[in-house]
Amino acid sequence: MTESPDIAARHASARPSKGGFLRWFNRRGWADITIATPYVWLLVFFLVPFIIVIAMSVATRTPTSPPFGFGGDHPLINTATYERLFSDSLYIRAFLTSIRNAAFATVLCLLIGYPMALGLTRVSKSWRNILLMLVILPFWTSFLLRVYAWMGLMGNNSWFNKLLTSAYNIMAPEEWAVRSIQMMNTNFAVVLVTVYSYLPFMILPLYANLEKLDLTLNEAAEDLGSRPFRVFLDVTLPLSVPGIIAGGLLVFIPASGELIIPGLVGNPSQPMIGRVIQDEFASARDWPMASAVAVALLLLLVVPMMLYSHFEAKAHEKRAMEP
Amino acid sequence: MKRKSRFLVTMLCFGFAFFYVPILSMMVFSFNNARLATVWGGFSTKWYAKLFENDQVINAAILSVKIALLSATFATILGTMAGLALARFKSFRGRTLFSGLVTAPLIMPEVITGISSLIFFIMLAEWVGWPAQRGFATVTLAHITFSMVFVTTIVHSRLSEADVSVEEAAMDLGSRPWQVMKDVTLPIISPAILSGWLLAFTISLDDVVITSFTTGPGNTTLPLLIWSKVKLGVTPDVNALATITVCVVGIGVIIAGIIMNAAERRRERDAQLAYQANL
Repeated sequence: MTESPDIAARHASARPSKGGFLRWFNRRGWADITIATPYVWLLVFFLVPFIIVIAMSVATRTPTSPPFGFGGDHPLINTATYERLFSDSLYIRAFLTSIRNAAFATVLCLLIGYPMALGLTRVSKSWRNILLMLVILPFWTSFLLRVYAWMGLMGNNSWFNKLLTSAYNIMAPEEWAVRSIQMMNTNFAVVLVTVYSYLPFMILPLYANLEKLDLTLNEAAEDLGSRPFRVFLDVTLPLSVPGIIAGGLLVFIPASGELIIPGLVGNPSQPMIGRVIQDEFASARDWPMASAVAVALLLLLVVPMMLYSHFEAKAHEKRAMEP
Repeated sequence: MKRKSRFLVTMLCFGFAFFYVPILSMMVFSFNNARLATVWGGFSTKWYAKLFENDQVINAAILSVKIALLSATFATILGTMAGLALARFKSFRGRTLFSGLVTAPLIMPEVITGISSLIFFIMLAEWVGWPAQRGFATVTLAHITFSMVFVTTIVHSRLSEADVSVEEAAMDLGSRPWQVMKDVTLPIISPAILSGWLLAFTISLDDVVITSFTTGPGNTTLPLLIWSKVKLGVTPDVNALATITVCVVGIGVIIAGIIMNAAERRRERDAQLAYQANL
């Protein structure tokens, strides 16, 4: 599109001196700036720190300050830290505890979140907006305070604990009766609070997925004589696999590296990976080990999960395209 | 679907009870007269009075709000740029790396982001002498970095569902690409930018893990203060603080939601009127 000549003339005469910069800015400069600014920012403040951590994990621990040596007298790539990581049962146990807690929490989130998400797609539109708001609202309020709320409920003298204890005492035989249920400082507490804190992350992607499903497929299956539960198993569930994967990922990965929840309600003698990283860095001042544990967490859990989800989503897309 | 399953309705009720009973219980016990936070000893508002006398709490809250305002604003600018870059510039050098960099902080366990930021700032101090001491600046930088990607996600998804034909029309009418961006695209995504800012603000206001790694002596934000109190157990004054926080955030989010809903509806109505006028 060409401009009318008088506008072009005005452009040219109004800013003759600054024309170079303005022309560049108007033509492609603004685009370059839009791309480059966040790009450079993320490179400097996200990728570079990360590369430093990877380098740190193969550095040598020294009694100097800062407490590591890299190159020079030390081997350029010192694998001693990784050897220690994979032979010391402390680290292996921490990994297993993290994976177990995160896996239980993810499965429970799915079992509670799936029916809720499905229920949300079946209520009337005005109700749906209110209920969605109620799902999102806890997500906006402080994470720390939501964990704290459960500390109040789980303590041995709380009304919730007393309620559970009396329910248990009624059901269990008399000789098994207890005065209170020990919930605080257990892995059970970690799983429970993780489910509570991450449930919106499961519900929202599932809801987004289920909402888009074509209900005529369900009706067709019903017309062909399927019972409702059968329709769910054969139609809804397979179509919602991408939502399940997205939700599972959003729960499992942060839950496995969780620091706050096990720190407040977990069993102190069974640390999870996040605590180990923090302790190695701050108390033990073993920076290479802290870095190696972080890199291992990333390579063993995060990267495989992301790759899996990526390829599963691709495969699902492909299956859906086939007639 | 008229045949609502009783099971789904039950699960919804159970789920929302699960969401809200702990928070409500915490609120109720903030009015507890007794010293023990879990046993009811009569109604009292004394914990709230105590809270407002506590300078430590007030200073920490002011620091948190300062950091959150600053970091949310920068995160919104950077995040919106990144969202525009991803949605409107389909091919530029290093796009794959860029989209990876934008997604990674979303999913990365916070403890990894925290430790890498901390080591980065320590090494930076070794190499260039800055930051001499960690505190306000380092926390703000770290918050900008990990909250900007949330803004990007919101802006990007809004741009992908926005109607490109409006922008094309402006282009056909002779606007330069930059003018189209300024006069057409940015107004379209302004609700997304606003909700991005709100999200970045609350993420920063709420953060414990990354703040605890990147802060220094004398710079205790409100979540860090709560964290150090909460580690010692449940106390009624934290209940009071929690109640205030939850109420302020809850009311803020609801008001923002109503305003944005109204704006959205007005925009839709205007679009409809304009359409009808042209028939």
